Amino acid sequence: MSEAASSLPAPVPKPKPITNKMPWWMNGLAIPGVQLLLALAVASLVVLGVGESPFATLKVMLVGALDPQAGLSSTLYYATSLIFTGLAVTVAFHAGLFNIGGEGQAYVAGLGVALACLWLDGTLSAPLMFLVAVFTAMLFGAAWALLPGYLQARRGAHVVVTTIMFNYIAAGLLNYMLANVIRSQEGMAIETRPFKEAALLPKAQPWLQSMGIEVGPSYLNLSLLVALICVGLVWWLLWYTRLGYALRTYGQNPRAAKYAGMSAATMIVTAMLISGALAGLMAVNDVYGAQGRLVLNYTGGMGFLGIAVALMGRNHPLGVLASALLFGALYQGSTDLQLEFPRISPELILVIQGLVVFFAAALDRLVRDPMERWYLQRQLKRAAR
Amino acid sequence: MEDLLLNLFSILASTIRLATPLILAAMGGILAERSGTVDIGLEGKMLVGAFAAATVASLVQSPWLGLAAGMAVAVAMSLLHGVATIRYKGDHVVSGMALNFLASGLTLVLGQAWFEQGGQTPMLSNEQRFTPILLPGADYLAANVPVLGPFYKTVLSGHTILVYLAFVIVAAMVFLLGQTRFGLRLRAVGEEPNAVDTAGISVPLLRYQALIGTGLLCGMAGAYYSMSQNAAFAREMTAGGGYIALAAMIFGKWRPVSAMLACLLFGLLTALEARLQGQSLPWAGEVPTQVFQVLPYVLTVILLAGFIGKAVPPKAVGRPYVKER
Amino acid sequence: MSGDTSIGYAVEMLGITKRFGTVLANDRIEMKIAAGTIHGVVGENGAGKSTLMSILYGFYQADEGEIRLQGKPVQIRSSTEAIAQGVGMVHQHFMLVEPLSALENILLGAEDGWLLAKARQKAEVRLKTLMQTHHLPVDLHKLVEAMPVGEQQRLEILKALFRRARILILDEPTGVLTPQEAAQLFTILRELRAQGVTVVLITHKLQEIMDVTDNVTVMRAGRVVAQRRTQDTSREELAELMIGRPVLLQVDKGSKPAADSAVRLAVKNLRYHDARGVERLKGLDFELRAGEILGIAGVSGNGQTELLAVLAGLLKPSAGELQLNTLGQQRRFDAKQWLPASELRAFGCGHVPEDRLGEGVIKNFSMQESAVLGFHQDAELGGWAWLSPKRIRERTLRLIEAFDVRPVLPSLRTADMSGGNQQKLVIAREMARQPEVLLVGQPTRGVDLGAIERIYRELIKARDAGAAILLVSVELEEIFALTDRVMVMNCGAITGIVETAQSSAKDIGMLMTQEKAAA
Repeated sequence: MSEAASSLPAPVPKPKPITNKMPWWMNGLAIPGVQLLLALAVASLVVLGVGESPFATLKVMLVGALDPQAGLSSTLYYATSLIFTGLAVTVAFHAGLFNIGGEGQAYVAGLGVALACLWLDGTLSAPLMFLVAVFTAMLFGAAWALLPGYLQARRGAHVVVTTIMFNYIAAGLLNYMLANVIRSQEGMAIETRPFKEAALLPKAQPWLQSMGIEVGPSYLNLSLLVALICVGLVWWLLWYTRLGYALRTYGQNPRAAKYAGMSAATMIVTAMLISGALAGLMAVNDVYGAQGRLVLNYTGGMGFLGIAVALMGRNHPLGVLASALLFGALYQGSTDLQLEFPRISPELILVIQGLVVFFAAALDRLVRDPMERWYLQRQLKRAAR
Repeated sequence: MEDLLLNLFSILASTIRLATPLILAAMGGILAERSGTVDIGLEGKMLVGAFAAATVASLVQSPWLGLAAGMAVAVAMSLLHGVATIRYKGDHVVSGMALNFLASGLTLVLGQAWFEQGGQTPMLSNEQRFTPILLPGADYLAANVPVLGPFYKTVLSGHTILVYLAFVIVAAMVFLLGQTRFGLRLRAVGEEPNAVDTAGISVPLLRYQALIGTGLLCGMAGAYYSMSQNAAFAREMTAGGGYIALAAMIFGKWRPVSAMLACLLFGLLTALEARLQGQSLPWAGEVPTQVFQVLPYVLTVILLAGFIGKAVPPKAVGRPYVKER
Repeated sequence: MSGDTSIGYAVEMLGITKRFGTVLANDRIEMKIAAGTIHGVVGENGAGKSTLMSILYGFYQADEGEIRLQGKPVQIRSSTEAIAQGVGMVHQHFMLVEPLSALENILLGAEDGWLLAKARQKAEVRLKTLMQTHHLPVDLHKLVEAMPVGEQQRLEILKALFRRARILILDEPTGVLTPQEAAQLFTILRELRAQGVTVVLITHKLQEIMDVTDNVTVMRAGRVVAQRRTQDTSREELAELMIGRPVLLQVDKGSKPAADSAVRLAVKNLRYHDARGVERLKGLDFELRAGEILGIAGVSGNGQTELLAVLAGLLKPSAGELQLNTLGQQRRFDAKQWLPASELRAFGCGHVPEDRLGEGVIKNFSMQESAVLGFHQDAELGGWAWLSPKRIRERTLRLIEAFDVRPVLPSLRTADMSGGNQQKLVIAREMARQPEVLLVGQPTRGVDLGAIERIYRELIKARDAGAAILLVSVELEEIFALTDRVMVMNCGAITGIVETAQSSAKDIGMLMTQEKAAA
């Protein structure tokens, strides 16, 4: 049974060994695809229940959202925020943590960006202001995630509960700051004054227009590029760096991580810091790039939607990208609904969001188990031939 | 002096009213978590309960049918959570979150489609909702007995039936958990499901039963919002109450009476927030209203961090039960 | 067997077979337990004793075979049915709800009505009688978490008796007890026997079998290998039956270098208490020299696991000193400042963990990612922050070649590798840097023959190159095949350190069952 060891590794025997591991297209496309269909099917039942056609509704939602002349830029704008919040959940997930505080972390990051802009928008040029905004957004977002991370690492307070609490604390804090400290002097709205034009980068639409490309108007801005860079960075971090390896090892098996000499506290805190920073970047897209000022509740549920994006995208950066585009389109599409179907409120997106998370994550096994069994049977039959 | 006393009583009465839905939801949360299921979906169940209760009540003349409808719908949502977590071993937190999203969206979509009032359900007349109850002799006592009389009239009397029910339910919970067979099994299954299994009791069945209880109580809490505190369902009317109830449950260390006290505390903070707005306190100046809003959460975090005693959840909570090899 | 057929057998397990996936846990078991006796079931970890008893208790159903109680065939499909048939079980890990009181734990599942108050009263009356009859003092109103382990165990027995168990199964009951508590337990068991209760004692401790049982069944690798009357056998015979398997592997061990080679690792008065406060290592003193393999023999559960984990920096001792002489440096550690697990490899040590899947590899990672576990900070694997998958793959291929790991597919998921290949990978990984000290736990557990031979050869090669190797193993042939000296542990203490070449299996077996001689 034991052969003399040759000097070169033996060639890989064919065919490939039968493994329990699913190929990428099962995990990345087939299973989530079926789960998405189930979610949409149930959502369609709701639409039917109120007397409208699901197909017509879906058509309105997607057509406008994907039309370059109409809603595509807005879709991309929403997708940008979702990429940030989705990546935040993803990074924490790979370290075994469920960070649902993205909404709060993004909100506090907005405060940071506002403070920086209000202070420096008279002195810095637009590109510099942009960089400062990016930096402060990451700093404040990370800081807001630091406490829950520290409390879990050192005092065992579960990150899931503390991040929920911190979301509400963030809301209170921002509420106070906006209403009292950094409020605009003009008008009754609870928001800051607009940042000076000179410090803001132009939005996508005018910029593309200057190059002769006509697109629909939207808030889309340079942050999209930052988001795409982050997708690449997170991919690189998780699978091509020592830190990423350590985080993933800890997330897979804390005992083995200890055996390998990693400190649990360091892993937890680091993961939360990176996660918070990513969530915080949403502020650059919204507060700096889109609105040019900080308004109350600017996050608008994007932090929570990011959780759905990450779960749907199976916590892989590419999956997050694809998911973010999908949800961005649905989000944009839901605002279009008002015109054609006044009886269907745009909150249909929340119904879809909830159903997607339910089927893709909570009821994951409902779809996964039968599909994996089917695939394994197919493999065995093929091997038997 | 009399003014101060009346103010105080008025604040206490507000506290009780504000705490009632929190108490009901917190009791529901205790049932779920002490049986081993993490349930952050209290908010969603309250919301659908409120919506269903107000909708049905607006169609029939009986608030009790509305209440029943609210409780039934919340139970349905609770069972969904149960199937996902118990049968399909799904992640508890994710399932709770998903159902919260669903509740938010569904109540608004259905509300808008059916009633076309921006998410509101039709206003309920007094016959269709729960109205304040004047306890016997309240007026007489208030006029003739100093201090205790007005206390009786303002603080104890004048609440809707659901308020009194809430406190009865707290007592019932204490009895259920400590003195009944079901309560014993429930307490055991959240700590050591193996022990329950080897004693020949079905772990999944127990957990489903607990979740039904959670649904009933959250439905009642929701109905309070739309039929007692107000006279209709309005968008997002629970306003985070489910999460405050969650915080109160943790703060009360998963015990009914402590959780009830925590709910009263948090209710007091909300009552004070309204009362003290714009007013200067002698030792602190003007306290921002946001401090009151945020205090329940801050206190819970401090507790979780172990700085004011320890908050130890039931040992087996959140872990799917798999027979050990 | 004592207790002849006219009295009848309380329990008969006939042809019991049970499979878990591809593992055959019980293979056509035939076992007969006479009524009113204390019957021992003995065997190593993984022999199948717990599975068999779990079948009797209704936790699992056998794939084939029949169970008879008092001569009647019965179907036991659940614990409820087992309890109804009078079978009670005290598990190795107590099935007690800690925050509840003793009385509440007893009532759980036997509440007799939906209102507890009445049930409590009735139960208390019955329990007082039971406690007196069987000498099982338990404070009924104390919370379980406040009880010492001995009392918790008495509670478990009381629980079973309350449910009118006539057959009581105890699974490794003395693992968590002090010697005095164990003696008390045996008194209780003899009491129960006198009352006509049939006791089944599952254990791997041979002394217990000799002390308290009437008959004993020996199991090995899922089969029954022998049944004896306890008075007709001895510890030595049981040890041989329990452990013995034909010596399959002959490896040329070569000779040990001179006795004056450097001391690489020295341990003084090492003590360790576990989370429950039970002392698991009771003042160990020994040395490990360069160019030797020191085996740690003993039936599992006697402190070897804890010793290895402490030496690897994963557990902190409560007292004692460690001297490490590696990479030209002398390092001293004591209980206040112990060796950190993260520095183990930097100090020239390697650790092949006992729990391969739980600690040694990452199941869901690819082979190459498992191959750098513990070494991901190595400079040669990439730049200052990044890891190069190409270089990881190259290193993995080198490890694969060095130890003939199969298949040659670095991208294969670790969980899909066979146990033997996983183990070869771990050992290759830990030995790649030629550590001066190598800590090895159960290197051939779950490993096929071909891999075993390869692993043995590599270990001896490393020894010849000067490594100091500490080898924990429960397999006696492995000890004889590989080691130069053997340190035998029993109940957390060293009972003897001998030269392997000058000892026999019998000698070692004796040491395994001995109490530590008074200092």
